[in-house]
Amino acid sequence: MHALDTTPAVVLVLAIGVLVTTGVYLLLERSLTRVLIGFILLGNGVNLLLLVAGGRAGGAPILGTTPLWHMSDPLVQAMILTAIVITLGLTAFVLAMAYRSWQLHGHDEVQDDVEDRRIARLAAKNEPSFEDADAVESGETLDDEAARTRDETDDEISKDRTGGGEER
Amino acid sequence: MTGLAAADLVPLPVMLPLLAAGVALAFARRPRVQRVVSVVALAGVLAVGVALLVLTDDRTLVVDVGNWAAPIGIDLVADRLSALMVTVSSFVLLCVLLYSLAQGVSEEAEEETSSIPVSIYHPTYLVLAAGVCNAFLAGDLFNLYVGFEILLAASYVLLTLGGTGERIRAGSIYVVVALLSSIVFLIAIALTYAATGTVNLAQLSERLPDVEPGTRLAIQLLLLLAFGIKAAMFPVSAWLPDSYPTAPAPVTAVFAGLLTKVGVYAILRTQTLLFPTDPRIDQGLMWVALLTMLVGILGAVAQDDIKRLLSFTLVSHIGYMLFGIALATQPGTAAAIFYVVHHITVQTALFLVVGLVELRGGSTSLDRLGGLAKLAPGLAILFFIPAMNLAGIPPLSGFLGKLGLVEDGVRTGGFLAYTLVVGSVVTSLLTLYAIVKAWNKAFWQEAPQEIATDARVPRGMVVPTGALVAFGLALTVFAGPLYSYADRAAAALRDGSYVEAVFPDGHDRGVGESNESTPKAGAPTGSANAVDSGEGTP
Repeated sequence: MHALDTTPAVVLVLAIGVLVTTGVYLLLERSLTRVLIGFILLGNGVNLLLLVAGGRAGGAPILGTTPLWHMSDPLVQAMILTAIVITLGLTAFVLAMAYRSWQLHGHDEVQDDVEDRRIARLAAKNEPSFEDADAVESGETLDDEAARTRDETDDEISKDRTGGGEER
Repeated sequence: MTGLAAADLVPLPVMLPLLAAGVALAFARRPRVQRVVSVVALAGVLAVGVALLVLTDDRTLVVDVGNWAAPIGIDLVADRLSALMVTVSSFVLLCVLLYSLAQGVSEEAEEETSSIPVSIYHPTYLVLAAGVCNAFLAGDLFNLYVGFEILLAASYVLLTLGGTGERIRAGSIYVVVALLSSIVFLIAIALTYAATGTVNLAQLSERLPDVEPGTRLAIQLLLLLAFGIKAAMFPVSAWLPDSYPTAPAPVTAVFAGLLTKVGVYAILRTQTLLFPTDPRIDQGLMWVALLTMLVGILGAVAQDDIKRLLSFTLVSHIGYMLFGIALATQPGTAAAIFYVVHHITVQTALFLVVGLVELRGGSTSLDRLGGLAKLAPGLAILFFIPAMNLAGIPPLSGFLGKLGLVEDGVRTGGFLAYTLVVGSVVTSLLTLYAIVKAWNKAFWQEAPQEIATDARVPRGMVVPTGALVAFGLALTVFAGPLYSYADRAAAALRDGSYVEAVFPDGHDRGVGESNESTPKAGAPTGSANAVDSGEGTP
């Protein structure tokens, strides 16, 4: 085998780069639907990566139709197929979850976890310890912003988690 | 002939629950049939697990799925570690299933929002069991990935059962994090395949040492990250204490007991089998272990809800297992394996008991509970034993596991190992503090408000909980044989018997036969190892 066999095509590598970059960017979004699109892009990028891992393209890997040295690697294609099926199933699940979230809250934003909210609440009760640059324009600190982060479950949480202690 | 029959047992822990899941789904409208099917399937897995435990002590069992020989076909491998994990997991799965059956019955009567839609619950639970067993038995990196996906997909459904607001919120975070870790795992697989031309674990263990060190390090770190997210090691553990407590009690219990341990198992397997010892990785892992322990337990100390408190101790105690793996010695690994077994049992038992507490006291918040020791002395005993076991009070198995780790840490020596020894002792004390706080508030002190005294805990829930607590005690009583088994399992991880079992002919057949997957980084020299080790076999 020559070294050329394992050198991937530039186009594929660029495509992987673009898919993964946009995928990661979207994963950082707050809305579950965008996160999902990010996951799909990322998944496709990784599928391409698997394809590249199989080496250069060739003929169909069937004995008798293609000479051995000209065959493409069937294993990576099998793996990609598996990954695609898994991605499909999980995509359906996340969509259902986003829909349920929309039914319940009217939006599909991934909310802060309980610990973050407790810390934000405690911080908001204290004097803000520092001012950030944004505060000059909006007249509001990061702490205030965190404390009023949109969240419908907040009331229920404060009842459940912190007990009466804080409210009393 | 007996050899053939023995190896035929290996796929059963995956096959039985999967088949049963299909049957249970077909009988979705007949809950009674579903229950029988699930219980029988998991009891079968437990029986197979015990049989494997005995059989693998002699030799490692390998099954070539579809009768294609190893590097071309997919193989399932059961060695001592896999058999031990399958057995303990199936016991825990069975106990939790029985518990949830009784809970389902009791909750149908009441109007409880967390009541489980039984028709989905059983098939999903069985699929989860199949995924866990598949991950433990996989002899192939991609099959390991598939095992992970099976168990994760089932866990998504179980975590968001009923689709209440809080569960959807926690579920979103859990699912997104898990998806990300799967992607990282897949990238690692692609890189591995590009570098070595195989995903078979045994073949990888021969070829990876010859891969260029930089590439190997990248693969190793990617695998560690992917499994680390699943095992909840420190920088990537924040998802766990937030998502687990929202699920129904039995689901939380089984997640806490098993899912993180699958990640730990994967780290243990890949680090010992695939990669030559690398002090840089081990040192990094030690820091991670230390931070996992300390950050986790400090989180636990700050909690005022038993479920969340236990979730944080779960994160914290993952640190102990990582410590054992990072020591990279046989006694350290043995202690880690023992600790995994102990922790699966104890953590699950504790979560089940907390489910009972919730039923009896109406809450899991420490600000509302109180006086339970008087109201329900049996419940108090069920909580007290595994709680003390978790903290590592001397005669119990938690103490033995920690002692093994600390001993080996001292033997290894060096600044980092000593720091970790101190860290693990501090963590143990803080665990005791957190657990005693929970005990005092929930069981010992007067209740701040009246607790409804009419709530009855069904016996069907108490018995499986009691069985798990008793199993935890049995781990203490039979710690000698178990520890020596763990020691042999740890020895088998590093002595090349895994590769020998997969390639009984003693040579890397992938080089000759599958020209499709010819190694791309000059790996064929790696087969020299196999020839050496293989010549010893008859």
